[in-house]
Amino acid sequence: MNDIIISVSELTKRFGNFTAVDRISFDVRRGEIFGFLGANGAGKTTAMRMLCGLSYPSSGNGVVAGYDVLTEGEKIKRHIGYMSQRFSLYNDLTVGENMRLFAGIYGLSRKQTEQRISELLMQLNFSSERNTLVSSLPLGWKQKLSFAIASIHKPEVIFLDEPTGGVDPVTRRQFWEMIYEAAEKGTTIFVTTHYMDEAEYCSRVSIMVDGKIRALDTPSRLKQQFSAKSMDEVFRTLARGAERGM
Amino acid sequence: MKNAFGSFAKKESLHILRDKRTMLVVMLIPVILMVLFGFAISTEVNNINVAVVAGERTDGVRDAVERLSQNEYFTFKGYITPNNIDPWMRSGKVDAVAVFDSDFDKRIAQSAAGLPTKPVVQLIVDASNVNTAASATAYLQSVILGSASPQTMFETRMLFNPQMKSAYNFVPGIMGLIFILVCALMTSVSIVREKEMGTMEVLLVSPVSPSKIIFAKMIPYFAISCIVLITVLLLARYLLEIPMSGGIGGIFSLSLLYILLSLSLGLLVSTIATTQMAALLISAMVMMMPILMLSGMLFPIENLPKFFQVVSNIIPARWYIDAVRKMMIQGLPIAAVWKNYAILMGMTVAILGVSLKKFNDKLE
Repeated sequence: MNDIIISVSELTKRFGNFTAVDRISFDVRRGEIFGFLGANGAGKTTAMRMLCGLSYPSSGNGVVAGYDVLTEGEKIKRHIGYMSQRFSLYNDLTVGENMRLFAGIYGLSRKQTEQRISELLMQLNFSSERNTLVSSLPLGWKQKLSFAIASIHKPEVIFLDEPTGGVDPVTRRQFWEMIYEAAEKGTTIFVTTHYMDEAEYCSRVSIMVDGKIRALDTPSRLKQQFSAKSMDEVFRTLARGAERGM
Repeated sequence: MKNAFGSFAKKESLHILRDKRTMLVVMLIPVILMVLFGFAISTEVNNINVAVVAGERTDGVRDAVERLSQNEYFTFKGYITPNNIDPWMRSGKVDAVAVFDSDFDKRIAQSAAGLPTKPVVQLIVDASNVNTAASATAYLQSVILGSASPQTMFETRMLFNPQMKSAYNFVPGIMGLIFILVCALMTSVSIVREKEMGTMEVLLVSPVSPSKIIFAKMIPYFAISCIVLITVLLLARYLLEIPMSGGIGGIFSLSLLYILLSLSLGLLVSTIATTQMAALLISAMVMMMPILMLSGMLFPIENLPKFFQVVSNIIPARWYIDAVRKMMIQGLPIAAVWKNYAILMGMTVAILGVSLKKFNDKLE
């Protein structure tokens, strides 16, 4: 059981009469790249917010990194990394200052902080940019930096909320290489995306429609199941029946 | 998690330091306001040009003119004929004309002898600026009559501010305004900016508690406000020469309380506003306007319509400005303004409580 890092059963979130997330259940294995797909308004973000301890479930259970989403939200926060769909670093701070801020927030000691920053800068090939203001970096670099900062405290799971929105294909590729690298080292990646070609890169994919999970499997088996040539086709077949969003 | 709080406060300070232009504006605004209100905008009577019309230049008239020309607030422009009054007033050569009756001396003598006659002088005053005209008239009267008239019934003494310097009155008002500007406006905009940029989301996913995020945000603005406070007090003491005989400690501690209150207001605004523009507008319109109009800064509260007098009670700046005026100008000790102190304290606790609750509710 130890290699199941996220385990969700019957997780539900209601806002008044509206059921945003409707009894979803799934498991995510350690080191997996788990694609969390769905049209706008399907409930992806709400589900993800519950897993991150940002939103309290209306009913159901969930365990993330060994902590209960119902009672141990604060502990979960310490063991996960999060990168939002909008670029969310501080433009008026330098690369190094941004890194130091988040290292501080996650309680790294001074020594650990220095060590981790130079490590990450090395990985990113960014060592020369340490004192550059983030605002002057190109978007692709900012995204990579965001991902590096989300992993600054070596979290067990990293949640990525549409991380590649508005990024050119080359940078997207590079970004996914970073994701693979992190996954190989044993970090679990939980990613939502709009790009169906990215869905093909995932180990397993779940597709949400109207608050429910309608399909969950590896990309190749999903294609087989829906006798489709690409994930795009699978997605469109499923989303056709959607009543909300789109 | 002390480490986290420190990193956070440092980050906030960096934001402010990087934004040099805003910093400069915040530091300069109080200085400019103090100088403007202290010197340029004054309701004091200064440089009033006066001409005299007199049938005969009797002793009594000459005495009065002597007093006029020696007075630093008036400039004696000479004797003119009645025909010249209108053109001189119109051309702006004079602001006031004193017309003496030919029997001025006789009447002085009569009233001195105990008869019910009084010396009569007609004052013609340019009233295009009502305030100046009113004070000029009053002052002119007392100067012309001087001690010559035994009929003088009142002897008025101006306490606390004998020169009637208007700067005395404005400084507490400026302080009431400036801290709302620095604390409430800047704090709310900076919190809302994080919401707008999406960085707030990332912070909320981190293990730092929301209240820590908020307090760390307040610290640099608190520091800036303290610097502004010291600047304003120094300017008040040495540039505008306000005595502050009540002791600086009381003013200081009351100001710190007011700064805290302004910060809480900023937090409250940030929970209501979703965009920086909205935060700016709420701070400017909903907070600044009442302070200008209803706090007693520009218009005495007693002169307001009854309805607004009641409304003014809920404006924190009213209590602050009132207390600072008492301590700064009347020289009262802090114990004398305990009521204002208690009201401000209560307001701070209430606003801080409401905004923290609203802030936490928003997150869910």
